[in-house]
Amino acid sequence: MDWLNSILQGVLVGGLYTMFAAGLSLIFGVMRLVNIAHGDLVVMAAYLALVVTQALGMSPLASLLVIAPLMAVIGYGLQRWLLNRTLGDDLLPPLLVTFGLSVIIQNGLLEVFSPDSRKLQAGAIETATIPLTPDLSIGVLPLVQFLVAVAMIGSLQALFYRTAWGRAFRATSDDQSTVQLVGVDNRHVFGLAMGLSLAVVSVAGVFLAVRANFDPSMGPARLIFGFEAVIIGGLGNLWGTLAGGVVLGVAQAIGAKIDPGWQLLAGHLAFLIVLAVRPEGFFPKVQA
Amino acid sequence: MRDLLSISRLDAFYGDFQALFDVSLRVGEGEVVAIVGSNGAGKSTLLKSIAGQIATRRDAITFDSEPIGGERANLLLKRGISLVPEGRRLFPSLSVEENLLIGAEHGRKGPWTLARVYDLFPVLAERRNQRSTSLSGGQQQMVAIGRALMSNPRLLLCDEISLGLAPIIVREIYARLPQITGDGMSLVIVEQDIVQALAASARVYCLQEGRITLEGDSQSVSRETLAAAYFGV
Repeated sequence: MDWLNSILQGVLVGGLYTMFAAGLSLIFGVMRLVNIAHGDLVVMAAYLALVVTQALGMSPLASLLVIAPLMAVIGYGLQRWLLNRTLGDDLLPPLLVTFGLSVIIQNGLLEVFSPDSRKLQAGAIETATIPLTPDLSIGVLPLVQFLVAVAMIGSLQALFYRTAWGRAFRATSDDQSTVQLVGVDNRHVFGLAMGLSLAVVSVAGVFLAVRANFDPSMGPARLIFGFEAVIIGGLGNLWGTLAGGVVLGVAQAIGAKIDPGWQLLAGHLAFLIVLAVRPEGFFPKVQA
Repeated sequence: MRDLLSISRLDAFYGDFQALFDVSLRVGEGEVVAIVGSNGAGKSTLLKSIAGQIATRRDAITFDSEPIGGERANLLLKRGISLVPEGRRLFPSLSVEENLLIGAEHGRKGPWTLARVYDLFPVLAERRNQRSTSLSGGQQQMVAIGRALMSNPRLLLCDEISLGLAPIIVREIYARLPQITGDGMSLVIVEQDIVQALAASARVYCLQEGRITLEGDSQSVSRETLAAAYFGV
């Protein structure tokens, strides 16, 4: 029963990793941009949530009503006025610029908020549990987190495959020069994709901050988790990303169960094994 | 006939390489103009310049009495210039119908709708939900033409629509052109296949090594003159 419990908690934590991964996967899919600052943006969103909850007295989840649009606008601006200039045939400039951005965000947060770790208080929901059997129960918060992740992937999937925006995203991803011939401004589409990615990031940031302590140096590790979930699931497949997040969460939970020091190692090992055995991930994008 | 498009003294470059020299031409409202020339003569470059895929001098290209040279392709589409690019360039992640729909998204209002494109190319209606990559070359070309039509252009530019297609398919596609230009749309066809191009057009220009070497009436131009302009002999 102990093991079942660990695995179940791992699945639920996988929801959080899915949230880290979804935004990363989205912009890589649309514009082949690897955003090294992604994890730091998650942490930045967590700090924004801290400021908003303290200043407006909102609950962490409600603060998303403010933070998600704000992060989306920041994302659009960042893409239009900075990152679009780095995109081209050479893959190095966007990597270098987003790496620089990562350093700037980390140090900016350190300057403003100090290195002390912080946490968002969500109230009674944090300790509420649902008993499944006498020895097994799940936390309401991790469950909500997982359901939000599933809803997020479902909405992104619907957006990509059912709407005009999604058509423009996919067409731009296919061929950014030809898409202009049908009247789509690829620079604007890239801006929208980054805006959407950072709206997703803000949800991830809030759940990160409610779940445990956070501090300005946490970003790069969240980037790795997100990256690993994307690769395990298969690039360009949103439901695959959810599966990747769950695999990573479960691997970490099993590792931690064997020895608390093995939690992160087990996650990375699972990633390496998938990369060695099935480098295209579990559910690679279906290509005709 | 009023000029819809007029190009005067256009030079075009790929980096340091000059692909077009001092090109001038005009296309009237509702006119069908053919541009012929051998491989590398600059035909595609000329169409790309008109459609905004290559930077040019602002006043080198005039559309509907306004200078448009160097404007971005997505803005030119809203003005009514649509290019069927060489090699079709369909979006592989989109179904046939989605490829058509995205053509209409940012275009102008007008007679061309999904229903009318399916009417023009009935085979596309049967394959509407398939991926565009699963179609034959001829069907893909129909999608590319349909996608361009969906924006209801005033000027349709077709770059080598016969490229890589069986002669029977080429004839089938060319047979539909009158239905396309019936509403007064202007059409520019770029072709290596001279016979096809002459039959479909009213006037013809010949390009050779980036320069216009001939302008003439498609029906009355003699084979000898055209051959001389084409090959430069």
